[in-house]
Amino acid sequence: MSDLSQAYPRSWKKPPLIASAWLRRGLWLGAAVYLALALGTMEVNWARVMEGLPRGAAFLGAFFPPDFVTRWDSILDGILESIWMTVIATVAGIALSVPIGLGAARNLAPLPVYLLCRGIVAVSRTFPEVILAIFAVKLFGFGPFAGFLALSIATIGFYGKLLAEDIENMDPGQAEAVRATGASWFQWINYAVQPQVMPRMIGLAMYRLDINFRESAVVGIVGGGGIGATLLTAFDRYEFDSAAAILLVIIGIVMVLEYLSGYLRRWVQ
Amino acid sequence: MPVLEQNGRPVWKRRTTPQQWGRWLAWLVGIAIVAYSWHLISEKTIWFFVADAGTQAADMAERMVPPKWSYMEELWLPVWDTINIATLGTLIAVVLAFPIAFCAASNTSPHPLVRSVALFIIVSSRSINSLIWALMLVAIIGPGVFAGVIAIGLRSIGFCAKLLYEAIEEIDPTQVEAITATGASGTQRLAYGIVPQILPAFAGIAVFRWDINIRESTVLGLVGAGGIGLQLSSSINSLAWTQVSLILLVILATVAVSEWVSAKVRHAII
Amino acid sequence: MLRLESLVKRYKTGDHALKGVDLEVPKGQVLALIGPSGAGKSTLIRCINRLVEPTSGAVYLSDVNVAAVSSGELRRLRRRMGMIFQEYALVERLTVMENVLSGRLGYVGFWRSWFRKFPPDDVAEAFRLLDRVGLMHMADKRADELSGGQRQRVGIARALIQNPDLLLVDEPTASLDPKTSRQIMRLICELCAERGLAAIINIHDVMLAQMFGQRIVGLQLGEIVYDGPPNGLTSEVLTRIYGEEDWEATIETVEEEEEDEVAEAGAAV
Repeated sequence: MSDLSQAYPRSWKKPPLIASAWLRRGLWLGAAVYLALALGTMEVNWARVMEGLPRGAAFLGAFFPPDFVTRWDSILDGILESIWMTVIATVAGIALSVPIGLGAARNLAPLPVYLLCRGIVAVSRTFPEVILAIFAVKLFGFGPFAGFLALSIATIGFYGKLLAEDIENMDPGQAEAVRATGASWFQWINYAVQPQVMPRMIGLAMYRLDINFRESAVVGIVGGGGIGATLLTAFDRYEFDSAAAILLVIIGIVMVLEYLSGYLRRWVQ
Repeated sequence: MPVLEQNGRPVWKRRTTPQQWGRWLAWLVGIAIVAYSWHLISEKTIWFFVADAGTQAADMAERMVPPKWSYMEELWLPVWDTINIATLGTLIAVVLAFPIAFCAASNTSPHPLVRSVALFIIVSSRSINSLIWALMLVAIIGPGVFAGVIAIGLRSIGFCAKLLYEAIEEIDPTQVEAITATGASGTQRLAYGIVPQILPAFAGIAVFRWDINIRESTVLGLVGAGGIGLQLSSSINSLAWTQVSLILLVILATVAVSEWVSAKVRHAII
Repeated sequence: MLRLESLVKRYKTGDHALKGVDLEVPKGQVLALIGPSGAGKSTLIRCINRLVEPTSGAVYLSDVNVAAVSSGELRRLRRRMGMIFQEYALVERLTVMENVLSGRLGYVGFWRSWFRKFPPDDVAEAFRLLDRVGLMHMADKRADELSGGQRQRVGIARALIQNPDLLLVDEPTASLDPKTSRQIMRLICELCAERGLAAIINIHDVMLAQMFGQRIVGLQLGEIVYDGPPNGLTSEVLTRIYGEEDWEATIETVEEEEEDEVAEAGAAV
């Protein structure tokens, strides 16, 4: 047996993921050059960073314990405003995105409607909530109404796209069967499309509620109302212990929302 | 259950009576909450401005065209910075998310206590928007691209780690069992039994997050953390609307390209 | 060589999977373990190499109690017990060669295995085994590109490269077609004979068990109800293992097919 084993190769190398050696080396080289350039052009003011470290430590220290008391009134005010803004923006956004989502599904809508709705979805998805909020504030003045609008528009982009994709991926057999009964278009939507997409869409609505709450904390930074404004003030005044308290409240609410949405999704299915 | 006896005849109803009442109640509560929210929001709104918004918007749109193309020269560097913030931030996040995900997954976590710490890190990182992270970091380490990179990194850890630990929990346990049966050590079990199974998901998550991060890093400049948001906020503040429209177009293009790249790469991986 | 003494396994759910099993397997014996689903066959095999921790009792592998050793010692003992799985349990995203070499993990350190730098003798042995199971040309293929029978051959090579004294085989043919099943079973038996390995083959196909086992053990509800030669499996014994059923047909076809097998084997020589 030992003579035989001499005949077998005594080394083995794993075949590389990318077969062409040139392409492989090219990619490595490209990545290295990019990293070097990216790090090279990033101007880091180390002196400033060092100077900031004790402040960072102070900020971390502010979490033990955070100060809920001093600014409690404005924290409560901001949080409640954020919550109301989130609720109504989610409801309005979803209500608007249902017709747009139906229109953006290729298997339901005629081409012109499809293109229009896809266009709306694409534009509202591209810009982050904060940019939408900046313009809403410019047009509608400071306050939660601007934040509400920004979040609603962002919700349309998110929810409309997912709804359209879900409808496009539905089981065509069920849809055909209902159509074959002679149902009208609305009956068809109600009996064939709605039952198929509903459970997932309820889950996504909860998820969007969660996202909207988190985003409601930032629209305040540009003047869109909610807890963001309170947070910005706390940072500007270097009141780290109040800022820590606000962050903890946000984390707590997000955790509660996540738990609730998990519960609701199980209940729906 | 929904078939009820009524006057000796079976009657079909979609729901039983208590179910129907429950539904009505849920709707009632829901509508009450929405109405109350609307009441509070509208109280804080100056309706005069809202009514005026149409004219304002038309005015703004008029002043935005045509975009000031010559301003592009000053935008190349911010765009480059924006992409770097997203890329380097994602890089930091995936490197840190990897061990955290293993601590958070119920089938690989070394200890329940470690698991709850890892889950807490994930929730905190996810709950706080990158703009808020940036706000904090600018206050601590000063304005600039570096703060943006760290902010994107901190924000993305939770996202990547969450998706990754879900992938780890869904692996095929028999493959791990087979590696265990050969007498492999704990680390070898990880390297041979688990890592190959989650690697494609890992790459997909990284690219997906990079795409999101491009979008998020366009606004970090608003709080001073580098990237094109800096130009956006100064242009808006100086009412240079033709510059603003150009910046918006550039953001649109960058996001479209990054979406295309990420779709291509994910398609190639999966 | 392997001796089980009043082995008991009780799951946390309360299932009493093994109720004090005593079994002795001498060197070089191929033992087929039969029994209905839920009889504890898989649990028994997994208690031997402690993929499942036995509740009480002892497992002696050449006079070392596997059930009582530390985790480091357990690793060394597992090297001596090769295991072959029902659904092949190959790491699907690794190449065939990596899967075979993974059988050596108990012998090499972490970094060596991480960089795939296995000792040259291991590599040569891996190639020899792949050649033996007829998959030499597949070494660089990814495991998920292989057919079921080919995967099980890789699984066999992985178990054998451990250089074991004992093979634990868990339903090797459950996901294979009848012809491939026989080829795989024949291969396992041949390899056991070549190397003088003992094997416990857990199998639900009575015909295959009779055809390839030198000794049959029937397990029912965690207890051994039959232990004897293959031709001792009478209708009455099968009823005791599996419950009431018309067994005559099964037994007869087995005998016929066994003759076919012999004829076929004769023709092949």
